[in-house]
Amino acid sequence: MIQQLKTGVLVIGGGAAGMAAALSASRAGVEVTLLEREEKTGGVLNQCIHHGFGLQFYRQELTGPEFAYRLQNEMAQHSVKIISESYVRHIDTKNKYVEVISPEGVFTIQAKAIVLATGARERPFGALQIPGDRPAGIYVAGLAQRMVNLENTLPGKRALILGSGDIGLIMARRLTLEGMEVLGVVERLPYAGGLTRNVVQCLEDYDIPLYLSHTVVEVRGRRRLERVLVSEVDDNFKPINGTQKWFDIDTLVLSAGLIPQVEDLGENLEIDAINKGFAVSNTCETSVTGIFAAGNNVAVFDLVDYVAAEGWIAGQNAAQTVQDKKRTSKRIPLIRGKNVGILVPSYITPEEHLRVYLRLRKPMDKGTVVLKELNIEKPFQYGVPSEMINFVVNRDKLQELKKPVRIEVVE
Amino acid sequence: MKITIIGGGIVGALLAYELSRYAVDLVVIEKKHDFGLGVTKANSAIVHGGYDDPPGSLRAELCYKGNQLYEKLAESLGIPLKRIGSFVVARDTSEEMEKLSELLKRGEKNGVDGIEIVEKPFLEKHEPHLSKEYKYALHCTHTGITEPWTVALAALEAAEKAGAELLRGDGVIGGEVSKGNVRSLELESGRIIETDLVINAAGLYYHEVANSFGVSTPQVYLRKGQYVLLDHKASTMVNSVIFPLPSEKGKGKLVVPTVDGGVLLGPTSENMPDFTPEDVSTTLEGIKEVIEAGNELIPNIARPNWIVKSFAGLRPETQEKDFFIENSNTLKNFVTVGAIRSPGLTAAPAIARYVIEEILEQRMSLDLGRQKADQVRTLKSFRVNESDLKEIAARVKDDEKYGRIICQCNQVSEAEIIEAIRKGARSIDGIKFRTRAGFGRCQGGFCTWKIAKILSRELNIPLSEVRVNEEGTVLFDGKVRV
Repeated sequence: MIQQLKTGVLVIGGGAAGMAAALSASRAGVEVTLLEREEKTGGVLNQCIHHGFGLQFYRQELTGPEFAYRLQNEMAQHSVKIISESYVRHIDTKNKYVEVISPEGVFTIQAKAIVLATGARERPFGALQIPGDRPAGIYVAGLAQRMVNLENTLPGKRALILGSGDIGLIMARRLTLEGMEVLGVVERLPYAGGLTRNVVQCLEDYDIPLYLSHTVVEVRGRRRLERVLVSEVDDNFKPINGTQKWFDIDTLVLSAGLIPQVEDLGENLEIDAINKGFAVSNTCETSVTGIFAAGNNVAVFDLVDYVAAEGWIAGQNAAQTVQDKKRTSKRIPLIRGKNVGILVPSYITPEEHLRVYLRLRKPMDKGTVVLKELNIEKPFQYGVPSEMINFVVNRDKLQELKKPVRIEVVE
Repeated sequence: MKITIIGGGIVGALLAYELSRYAVDLVVIEKKHDFGLGVTKANSAIVHGGYDDPPGSLRAELCYKGNQLYEKLAESLGIPLKRIGSFVVARDTSEEMEKLSELLKRGEKNGVDGIEIVEKPFLEKHEPHLSKEYKYALHCTHTGITEPWTVALAALEAAEKAGAELLRGDGVIGGEVSKGNVRSLELESGRIIETDLVINAAGLYYHEVANSFGVSTPQVYLRKGQYVLLDHKASTMVNSVIFPLPSEKGKGKLVVPTVDGGVLLGPTSENMPDFTPEDVSTTLEGIKEVIEAGNELIPNIARPNWIVKSFAGLRPETQEKDFFIENSNTLKNFVTVGAIRSPGLTAAPAIARYVIEEILEQRMSLDLGRQKADQVRTLKSFRVNESDLKEIAARVKDDEKYGRIICQCNQVSEAEIIEAIRKGARSIDGIKFRTRAGFGRCQGGFCTWKIAKILSRELNIPLSEVRVNEEGTVLFDGKVRV
């Protein structure tokens, strides 16, 4: 009763990265199967009903569902086989063999290449170690967004947002528009976690205060949330005495970071210690040949456009693996130097253009990204950690590479 | 004879299970909205070895017995039990070595087999991640781990099958006493329960309940224990239950693998100044203390990225530091099973037998009839997570809902959630404690709304009435658009 399937490229996850990967692999002429855990593909795009997507990937401003629809539509035209509501129970990375449970039945799938596009999850309340009670009324922002945008339900009446990631900023605006009172956004860092445009459009335009260098230090409410204690913090995130203030709220929305979903996806997949995601080369290949990864399970990206673009490259390279096109297995380390936080890729394979995505470790008025071994210098102005620096190095410049390349940012 | 048990925690549940094998009518009354959510919910989930309770105490008498009875319980009720063993670890100082030998001696006095002091090579082989500071340990092979609320729920389910009536969300507010006997109990709902015998197993509230009937019991005070739960990844660093040396304040802060693959750190041991039985709040200091203690035993186990959640539980303590299991002098048909502090979970099956044999039959000379043979009643629900692919395929063929995985972290299907509702889950937590859905690393971030919708559909209630646990813990406040 276990159905045995075979496919060329197996894509795990049908968000922006997975859809783009499935599409590009399919366009390259290989058979593609996509595993989606929800009823339909699209991932978090389906609930991001605001605009601001697609400016780079489609050169047009779209809403989340519109962006998803374009990829879904194209996938349908390219006969990508989608197994929805499916759950990957086991992956044998070496043999490209996967066990899947779905309402349609239980499958084993033998693939020739796999693209992992499992995205990220939100850091839950429990992981924040905030003392106090454990009442109802505390939501990760994605859950609150789903409830409001897709399920037609409101979480409460008065809210505070903890963390200034993009989804938190978006939800501050959304909840305000839907009639809730949003008392503010609290961020423990001295700068916002989300894009500047979201700070302006979601908070400033609606007079929602942003409390930088503040955090929630206590939660109270026996049943439903009643109030939280907010404190200013010092450089080590230690609460400063005398700055505490109670906020009477029934809803706390968390936007306290995204965590790449890399767990239980098979063995021998190297994880980047800083990105916390799969360590990939610029072909999107992981440390296991024939296993690719793209999107937020590699590193948390700012824009869906980057995610889709990386998924596209992953799909192309996975297709080439299936077609036995000659590929080098060369992986030259790209090493973090000074001031570099999140960095994609972790390795350079000379056959593909090198698309660099990096986050600064701290805000800088101006600086220069330097790749000494490649004789590249990219000056910039007003860099902040929340906005990735992104540029492309043509593969022609990579052909002579032998030694590791160091990337650093000088002030 | 009609017996009423006040309290649906582990003690009340196992009493009901044991009593359901006699010719008696049983009622269990739980004031919370679900069973096993008091003391039973938040403890170390250990089936203790029985070596460290003071010889001569009721604790010592019942702990090892209870430990041994778990075997049968696991078989009959299908509850999880893993005998992973334990180490009480000591540094190479004469003071700590002395404490360790004392512990061994105490264990021998308590009649506990299977304990011995082991040295570093053995320790290193079994616990390679243990701090190098520890040179010796008391090894106990029969220490186990379980899932306390599952024990309570399974025992109650079996009792219900045998005819017991289970009431919940309804507390006892009074009763009628005449001629030295409780005749009936009055509940919050106004319902009157007539009864021939009352067993007070009200957990933190045993003293209050006894007092309200004029029965004197040892004064209770509350001790709080804070815990930190770690991700499954932490389980690669520990194989057994690791204890520091015990002290005045108890067994200390431990590192405990959980039956579903996580790791628990804690507890703290804080005496509460007031009787605040609903205050299970955590504190910054408490969480920090637990994390530091965990890292002291197993360096670097409490990594920030592995912390799933922190929580606290309360335990009923008394000056006497022992269980209080007595029939009343003043009321002829009133038994208190109180002050069930550590090792209450372990002792619970033995407590139930003690109440029946020692208190009811011996001291009170009650005729409960003949005990029916213990039948194996495997009530365990099918779990996708614990089944092989073939079994799952067969299930999915009959019911596609077994193939719809709702909780991705712990691999829980829609069918299992519906089964939990059929078995009595009425809230998000009710589902969580029965199926482990929402217990994983995303803490329900992805599945809460799905579970809420299933609850709404299956119970035929609007989403705005779906609760996390008790009344008032709603998730949805209203509609965006009417």
